Amino acid sequence: MNLKKLNIENKKIRDLIPQALTVLALLSIIFYFATNAQINMGNRGISFGFGFLSQEASFDIAFSLIEFDGSYSYGRAFLVGLLNTILVSIIGIFLATILGVIVGVARLSNNYLIAKTAEWYVEIFRNIPLILQIFFWYFAALRALPSPENAINFYDVSFLTIKGWYIPKFVWINFDIFCYSLLFAFISVYFLNRYAKKQREELGKILPTFTLSLGILILIPLLSFLLLGVSLSFNYPELKQLSETSYTYEKGVSIIPELIALALALSMYTATFIAENVRAGVMGVGKGQKEAAASIGLNKNQILKLVVMPQALRIIIPPTTNQYLNLTKNSSLAAAIAYPDMVLVFAKTALMQTGRAIEIISITMLTYLSLSISISIFMNWYNKKMAIKEK
Amino acid sequence: MIRSIKTWILVGFASLLLVACGQGGGGAGSKKSKTLDNTKKAGFVKCGVSQGLPGFSNADASGNWSGIDVDVCRAVAAAVLGDADKVKYTPLSAAERFTALTSGEIDVLARNTTWTLSRDADIGLTFVGVNFYDGQGFMVRKNSGINSVNDFKDGISACTNTGTTTELNMRDFFNSKNIKYEPIAFEKADEVVQAYDAGRCDTYTTDKSGLAAQRTKLSAPDDHKVLPETISKEPLGPVVRQGDSVWEDIVRWSLNTMIEAEEYGVNSSNASSLKDSDNPAIKRLVGAEGELGAAFGLDNDWSLRIIEQVGNYGESYKKHIADTGILPNRGPNELWTKGGILYVPPAR
Repeated sequence: MNLKKLNIENKKIRDLIPQALTVLALLSIIFYFATNAQINMGNRGISFGFGFLSQEASFDIAFSLIEFDGSYSYGRAFLVGLLNTILVSIIGIFLATILGVIVGVARLSNNYLIAKTAEWYVEIFRNIPLILQIFFWYFAALRALPSPENAINFYDVSFLTIKGWYIPKFVWINFDIFCYSLLFAFISVYFLNRYAKKQREELGKILPTFTLSLGILILIPLLSFLLLGVSLSFNYPELKQLSETSYTYEKGVSIIPELIALALALSMYTATFIAENVRAGVMGVGKGQKEAAASIGLNKNQILKLVVMPQALRIIIPPTTNQYLNLTKNSSLAAAIAYPDMVLVFAKTALMQTGRAIEIISITMLTYLSLSISISIFMNWYNKKMAIKEK
Repeated sequence: MIRSIKTWILVGFASLLLVACGQGGGGAGSKKSKTLDNTKKAGFVKCGVSQGLPGFSNADASGNWSGIDVDVCRAVAAAVLGDADKVKYTPLSAAERFTALTSGEIDVLARNTTWTLSRDADIGLTFVGVNFYDGQGFMVRKNSGINSVNDFKDGISACTNTGTTTELNMRDFFNSKNIKYEPIAFEKADEVVQAYDAGRCDTYTTDKSGLAAQRTKLSAPDDHKVLPETISKEPLGPVVRQGDSVWEDIVRWSLNTMIEAEEYGVNSSNASSLKDSDNPAIKRLVGAEGELGAAFGLDNDWSLRIIEQVGNYGESYKKHIADTGILPNRGPNELWTKGGILYVPPAR
């Protein structure tokens, strides 16, 4: 055995020891907290286990994407909360991205009014705490909405009231066939684009891919209506009297005001940060790039699409990923205005009814962690796709 | 080299943390009345109350708490520390309250909490008694023409608090009546009031005492009324952690003393003069006979201090619930001798 290898003077060993000790210390801390919790829970007669997840929840939830009432289990209630969290996050990310890009580009505008308006928007909305913005939208802005009998009427099809936004309910026949046709259309578009790329690279032919794709996406689902027996009708909301002075709408679908307020607040807030990312991205592309592109004869749209955007996106994507993660995590503020997200339904209501604090908080934390990591993985993949491919 | 120095610092920090944690910890319940010892050492009773429910626990503009739940905390402080003002109040939401108690952040929870089997048996809590018999009701707008729960129709939206028995009772009630409803559950009572006031929901449901108290916070309290029906039993009472039976007894008998004092006509103004009463039950209450306090490690004047500093149950009810106009009629919260259901075991 070579003694020199075990010598503390050996750089490798010297570097390894503190690392091993750190891991050991970390493990002891975790072990200490776990046993401490176990002892204290034992002393206080609190049991530990996940059996409660299959017990009947016996509370109702106002807004759910899947069927739910109190006779379902706590596990199902968790799923309802998770889906509601995902729903508001997706809506928020979608709106924030659109608004962010518009405002970000507007800030670069040569028009003084547009640029200044965008600047004011960013400075105001990013500097007010999010929880206050949520309260503002829910308690101040939505409070100004009329009661159902005086609803803001959109062509007798949709009604906006203080109790929510009532929209027609979609009644499908053979909905699954429609889904398959949609899927088929998307696959066709994918292969069309591959074919078009091949043609361009090998033969230099440019196909009108955009028009063709759009045509396929409209035509195939349309055919499923005409030939395969798919049909769609609408149930329009109808005013219903609840008592002498109170009304509601029935038969339609209600988008609860809590969801509207939360989605608005989250997207308005996050859009400010995305706008700044977009501005940074566009400004980060050198002026010479545009001039060079123009000099080889590309038109304005082509410059934007082929030269500026691919480079700007590289700068925009990583910080925007952070904003998507922030938005998802910020959606947990929903509890303040009774939007039944995962925190309200599971980490508050279910925790209260079962008293399983450690189990429920761990599940909730792990779920947020998985959600965030999924978004990260997706955005990293997208980032890689957009990165410079060196040959 | 710099990197390895950094790592060493990290290790040093981690081990420091470990040592610090090792000293700070230690399982509770190793001694019989650890809570009592800790309370005496700290010099105040750690009491969990609501975030503001007039009549039960509510803070005034200068931060002084009052209410019949607060009086339970004050009674415990008077018994244990000799001064009813030595209480540290922690306002808690419905969702936080039990965790705060089981984790030791508070030692008594007096926050209009309903006594149920699962709470008592399953999650490390012990209910020590009932200081208010309540039941769940509904509040509606007067001009709605709704005069009874039988007037409710499909599609009604109901606002309430999350994490309460109210949420469960509401479901049982609407299910039994076969009415479809929209439950909107807020975390804080103030937000429920705001949403109901704005017209987001058609009815506000919680314990009737709570409805009466919250009604005063509405923009036009007189435009609203509480329906006559009561849909559940809500015995509200103080709670302690499971596992410290001495502390449990102290809180239980602090509350019982207030009720027993009313039964025997002992109040804050006449208590000390009753030391030479002819009635042995009264003499025991004011500490002139027997050695009752010794049973849980207190002196013999513990109950006298409660009555003198906090008052009996009747005084507390009159001051916080009746005179404030919340529920002038005592209903079931009257002594058993006067037609109510307040009945406590004898202090002897």
